[in-house]
Amino acid sequence: MTTRWFGAPVQRVEDDRLLRGHGRFTDDINETGQRALECCFVRSAYAHARIRSIDASAAREMPAVVAVYTAADLPFGGLDLPLLIPHPNLTHGRTQRCLASEIVRYAGEAVAFVVATDRYVAEDAAELVSIDYEPLPVVITPEAAARADHLVHDDVPGNVAAEMLQEVGDVDAAMKSAARRKQLRFRYERGAASPMEARAVWATWSAEEHKLTVYDSTQSPTSIRGGLAVLFGLPESSVEVIAPDVGGGFGPKIMLFYPDELLVPFAAMQLGRAVKWTEDRQEHFTAVNQERGQVHEVEVGFDDDGRVVALSDDFVHDGGAYTPYGIILPIITAGQVPGPYRIPNYRVRFRDVYTNATPTSPYRGAGRPHACFVMERTLDSIASELGLDRAEVRRRNLIQPDQFPYEVGVAWQDGNTVVYDSGDYPRLLERALEMLGPKPAGDNVGMGLGIYVEGTGVGPYEGAHVQVLVSGKVVAATGIPSQGQAHATVWAQVVADELGVDVSDVEVSSGDTRRFSWGVGTFASRGAVTAGNAMHVAARMVATRAKQIAAEQLEANPDDLELVGGRVRVKGSPDRGIPLAAVAVLSNPVRYAFGGGTEAATQFASKPRPGPPLHEGEQPGLEATGYYSPPGSTWASGCHAAYVRVEPKTFRLEILKYVVVHDCGRVINPLVLQGQIEGGVAQGIGGAFYERLAYDADGQLRNASFMEFLIPYATEIPPIEIDHFETPSPLNPLGVKGAGEAGVIPVGAVIGSAIEEALGVPITEMPLSPLKLYELSMLKK
Amino acid sequence: MKVNGVNHPSPADARRLLSDHLRHELGLTGTHVGCEHGVCGCCTVLLDGAPVRSCLMLAVQAEGHDVTTIEGLARDDQALHPVQQAFHECHGLQCGFCTPGFVMSVVGLLAQHPSPSPQQIDEGIAGNLCRCTGYASIRRAVQRAAELSPSPHRGEGRGEGET
Repeated sequence: MTTRWFGAPVQRVEDDRLLRGHGRFTDDINETGQRALECCFVRSAYAHARIRSIDASAAREMPAVVAVYTAADLPFGGLDLPLLIPHPNLTHGRTQRCLASEIVRYAGEAVAFVVATDRYVAEDAAELVSIDYEPLPVVITPEAAARADHLVHDDVPGNVAAEMLQEVGDVDAAMKSAARRKQLRFRYERGAASPMEARAVWATWSAEEHKLTVYDSTQSPTSIRGGLAVLFGLPESSVEVIAPDVGGGFGPKIMLFYPDELLVPFAAMQLGRAVKWTEDRQEHFTAVNQERGQVHEVEVGFDDDGRVVALSDDFVHDGGAYTPYGIILPIITAGQVPGPYRIPNYRVRFRDVYTNATPTSPYRGAGRPHACFVMERTLDSIASELGLDRAEVRRRNLIQPDQFPYEVGVAWQDGNTVVYDSGDYPRLLERALEMLGPKPAGDNVGMGLGIYVEGTGVGPYEGAHVQVLVSGKVVAATGIPSQGQAHATVWAQVVADELGVDVSDVEVSSGDTRRFSWGVGTFASRGAVTAGNAMHVAARMVATRAKQIAAEQLEANPDDLELVGGRVRVKGSPDRGIPLAAVAVLSNPVRYAFGGGTEAATQFASKPRPGPPLHEGEQPGLEATGYYSPPGSTWASGCHAAYVRVEPKTFRLEILKYVVVHDCGRVINPLVLQGQIEGGVAQGIGGAFYERLAYDADGQLRNASFMEFLIPYATEIPPIEIDHFETPSPLNPLGVKGAGEAGVIPVGAVIGSAIEEALGVPITEMPLSPLKLYELSMLKK
Repeated sequence: MKVNGVNHPSPADARRLLSDHLRHELGLTGTHVGCEHGVCGCCTVLLDGAPVRSCLMLAVQAEGHDVTTIEGLARDDQALHPVQQAFHECHGLQCGFCTPGFVMSVVGLLAQHPSPSPQQIDEGIAGNLCRCTGYASIRRAVQRAAELSPSPHRGEGRGEGET
């Protein structure tokens, strides 16, 4: 394979329209030309309450209000929404209804839906919907949920949705014989992805064409389409779902379904008008899934050299009010706690508990930042007890390059067990230390270190369609959408290499079921692995077909042909060839010519060959659909290290240096990869020190605005120094591993470790803040 | 109200935000709305040459003023504005939602500081949130934009002498 484009820092093809203000985000859609009706939710003001009554009459009477829906008005109002990923251990899975009518279980749960000619009117009308609540006791922390003084669901004993126990080796025996033992407790609070575009849905129903068209700022339009078809009893061919430009996702934009994803299409069908709903920032804070709340009780056994001989982790996962996403998150955490280290005896138990807070589903990192925090802080604690260098303790425990494939032996999110395919973890550590350099002078300066692995590229599959047009241009499509990951650029690179064309000649469509209707979604750092390899497979099929057709014209063996410079030519005889455009023409035996070379393919002009124009098994057109289904996850890895200074009076954090060494296999586009890492680290820094979801005892999120939930600005994010290694994945043709989540995973561990050294206070929780550091310093005194 | 050099009739609804007016009445959907409380900066436009948050203004307050939106920086048939070009070259955008606001803020920043120092860059873009890039590529884009911009005295012609 030629590698002209793969690996090159190709500038993005998506940029021009986004920079000119011609992006198409869901709230920008005006496909029918007719102004869409606009909507507003009435959401629960209580975290836990019984609904005594709902009176929407005043709202319905308001001029310009078109409809007000409550659960009683919906044919599917009594249905529980889908539980997406059932699991045998999820014994008490519960999902919410589209609109609540009996009990609300988190502040922000949808209760009524107002449709009006204008959003301003819809908001006015929503205020007129009168709901009588009887407040119920609130369970807000994972600890309180586990104590089960009150229940979130009457029929779920102990608030426990799921419990899972796994063990590798014999932890009790190893712990007993270990030279040293420590017990540790770690706490990670919820975080919020907070993409800059909140969620939005636009829908229209064409009675004439019997077709529902939905624009949705989702990470999985193919799944939304499948779900809507089932719910509305339509053939899938009557439903099209498009994720247009999506303004960031980071995980929570994949959920089947958020209530609006049903209500907007439903209202469009009922009312015969285009309908749209655009979330505002305040409701995004409580209506959109969150993640990361966990409390870990750890026991570690180790020898006098700092080698871990046994690790036991018993953790509680804050699932929120419902479990629509199953128990994927705690399964990932359980699988990722051992990280890049040899843990010969490992036991992990988790309980996924209900709380009266927004449901949880993956947010960039998805179970991993907390797992990494637990393991890295445990190793720091061992180093501290033994008086050893933190890097040295890691060196003694790291899996070595000759130990791959390395089997951890616990369950993974794809149904397999955790098996690392490739990597070189000691090299990551040594390079990071080299880049970090000597510690800066001064007081209150600390060093932090964290190494991680990341299971990426989970299946089941993605597909791609690649077609060479008679113009010689190439169009390619896949089902999964982009939320800024430059899919249109990197997949053009993959396709361009196989077809020997310029990257600017390849136009990629993604996330539009009209162009490609099969697929799973953009999540779990899987796009490059799954859709990238599917593009490679499909493009290679097209190249093979092009060689077959050209071979007949050139009277050559297909194996002697190559695709270079937009032509199919004989290897070693570059003058003997035909343009790829001509091959596309010849691929379709036509009756009528429309110029542009098409006359070469009509029945009287084309080179005669025996048999019918299309031989058995042939199809017209120079195109192919290919799929890639990974045998298992491929494991990326990395090491972050930092120096920080904490100002001793204000407890302001200054990150003096931050280095990243990263290995995600073969790199398709270093520019895009660098952006993914830099963005991930920034999100990690936000989650470690600035962003905290401040729930009070009543389950109210007290800081549901960007005024008080502090996403870092440029002034908080230092320059990040990055180096990459390439340990190709042996599992897929391109040798790639995922990179989307990598940047965020170890940041909490690194910042926590560095602050612990800087201030001399134990750091066992996330997030931190100046106030938290002040409190810890007071405790120390 | 003049928007991108074109005169438009007065807004019909007194309570409509400038951001909503631009997007939904005038169809200029390049101005994005990320928070509606003046923190994220996605809705930044130029009002008489200075960056303002269009979600914190009523449309009627813009009457008699010159509004420039992202669509007004470079005509469709023309090359990108130097700031847009710099964002492209430096991979200064990912999802592109915050991008119009950043570009407008940077146009304002360079009008004030044609050769900004690293600290002036950070302060100049510290009214805009980006969740994708981690700001590193945006910082590089601002530096590049300063290089690409014509001499300030021949350039935007706004904000000279102000500090």
